[in-house]
Amino acid sequence: MIQRDIAYRVRAIESLSPTLKRIVLESATGDPLPVGAAGAHIALTLKCGDRILRNSYSLIAPSDGTGRYELIVRRTDPSRGGSHFVHDELTVGAVLAGYVPHNLFPSFSHARKHLLIGGGVGITPLLAHLAALRREGARVELHQLAAAEEVALFTQLLAPWAGDDVQVHGGREGLDLEALLSRQPLGTHVYVCGPAALMDRVEGMAVALGWPDGRIHRESFGASGGEPFTVRLARSGGEVRVGPDESMLQALENAGVAAPSLCRGGACGECLTRVLEGEPEHRDHYLTAEEKASGQFVMPCVSRAHSDMLVLDL
Amino acid sequence: MTIAFKTGESFRDDFRYANSDAAILRFPFPFGEDEYMYAVNLEPHFAGGATDAFDTAFDVDEHYVSECREREMVLRQDPNRCIVLPHMMQAQWDTLELIMESLARDYPDHFQLERDGRRWTWRNRPLGIEDRFTFGMPDTLPYEPFEYITRQAQGDFTLQDQRDGNLYMDGGMVTTQADWSLEFDLGMTFHEWHGPVPLAHEMGIFDRALQYLLRVQYGHPARRLNWTMTVNPRLDTSPENYPVWGPDRTTITPDNVGERLHLRVELQTFFRLPRSNALLFGIRAYLASIDELARVPKWGRRLHRVLRDLREELAGYKGLTRYRDIAVEHLSRYDDGAPTSPGIAPDIRTLPA
Ligand code: FES
Repeated sequence: MIQRDIAYRVRAIESLSPTLKRIVLESATGDPLPVGAAGAHIALTLKCGDRILRNSYSLIAPSDGTGRYELIVRRTDPSRGGSHFVHDELTVGAVLAGYVPHNLFPSFSHARKHLLIGGGVGITPLLAHLAALRREGARVELHQLAAAEEVALFTQLLAPWAGDDVQVHGGREGLDLEALLSRQPLGTHVYVCGPAALMDRVEGMAVALGWPDGRIHRESFGASGGEPFTVRLARSGGEVRVGPDESMLQALENAGVAAPSLCRGGACGECLTRVLEGEPEHRDHYLTAEEKASGQFVMPCVSRAHSDMLVLDL
Repeated sequence: MTIAFKTGESFRDDFRYANSDAAILRFPFPFGEDEYMYAVNLEPHFAGGATDAFDTAFDVDEHYVSECREREMVLRQDPNRCIVLPHMMQAQWDTLELIMESLARDYPDHFQLERDGRRWTWRNRPLGIEDRFTFGMPDTLPYEPFEYITRQAQGDFTLQDQRDGNLYMDGGMVTTQADWSLEFDLGMTFHEWHGPVPLAHEMGIFDRALQYLLRVQYGHPARRLNWTMTVNPRLDTSPENYPVWGPDRTTITPDNVGERLHLRVELQTFFRLPRSNALLFGIRAYLASIDELARVPKWGRRLHRVLRDLREELAGYKGLTRYRDIAVEHLSRYDDGAPTSPGIAPDIRTLPA
């Protein structure tokens, strides 16, 4: 009943540009793949040398009986290693362990209209949404922001849905966000995926224009980024650096620490860890207000630290 | 797994219902300790648990055929026990797929599913059903997909849409409920449909449970147990039906309490649905008389202690006040004061004669 891991096989790799690759995965066991809806992502376990990374990638097309998941991976610089591995080492036929699709960025069937805004490789989940919403006959409009040299590439990716309501804008100033949001009909939902600065700008603008929270959606992979900090492990010794784009739990796992987890979203209580020193920044829904104030516990799947160092009873 | 279905049971009027020894031993007894208090008792719905009732995604037992017939009867009298709001059509197909795949995988002797692209063939042998249809096309089924498949499953089901950081009950099939109404709760948020539950709100139980449920992931279902008591093995204790079952409560006497008073346990399961992102609740009711349960010595002792020490406001909320003393007095004969082991397992393989 609980299906956590799947073995994926790389079926195809296509180079879209010097920094973007399209990866097609299929089931390595022959069992059918679970449904991957628009907005869903999968986490893949990548073995890079002696490090194990768990990276999340959005599906770029809904997968419902197609037997494959498609992703686009950008080579980032400096990378934690995952994207270099995918670009330089991954070959067709390779088998990767991963999780079943998880959707934290779904579309809402109540919406009168769907407005999709992407920045750079943040287009990936929006490609899936565009395909699904068009097929359902829903009202949808997409705006993609791209560096000037990538306009042609994204225009090509969007070619199957070309039209007035699908536009690629080159450069940072290419889109008048305020005008775009202001002219949307009541009951529109906006979905944004891209660099944090873009998502903050869209969210801030929408809130300022009076959009209700429930109609503003941003992709986060459930990730919980923030200021980097260091975790010291009191029992096992050693220190783990938590980077700005990973959760404390991911950093612990990557360092080979056996940390329990279940929901990975700050709700179930499974990852509860005792804090011996330092000031946690609580982002969970599990601890009570008193427990949070006491500073004695932290939920590493979502929470971070206000102090540079957190000493944990691990 | 081949199940011997009891086909002649009734859950009303003459009440022809009993549990076999095997059914008693697999009962999802809800009390892990001698004392009961609310808790956010959610856990992953993994295969395997203290009894066989936890072995599959959707448990099927010897009462399956009779319970499906009872559901048919309720729906004939009151079609509004099954309602799904129009925007939940994808969730309907999600539900149909999940239940069909689970039953076919877990009970291959009784259920079979063949998929040829979108053209599916479904065989339900215990109910004698064989249908060919096109997945995604409601016209190819005799009912809408949610109603079609939940007519062939034990227990109630509700469909929750997830939006604005909340869950909205936007559909359901509800014929075996403990005194609540789908028509009344339809469209409500999580806190609204739970209404006032003594102590639970102050304890923050519902806030925590909601946060957990909002994060239930596809492929990682969750479950919990809930319980109440029902006089007679009646599945349909709906508010609509109160005039029929309400008076039952006054009929309990020291002579009949052992066989008439039933523990009603709900095995609640929570599944994230992949296409709609909706959450499916399964609310599977199990009934056993207190004398049936007391054949497991540990359960007899524990049931006595739990009922005896239950806080007054909880007893009132669960509607036990009228007959609690009679039940406690009756159960005291099964309680020799010996300690009980922690957890809900019966601790025996066969029942004493
Ligand atoms: S894993 Fe559930 S709270 Fe952290």
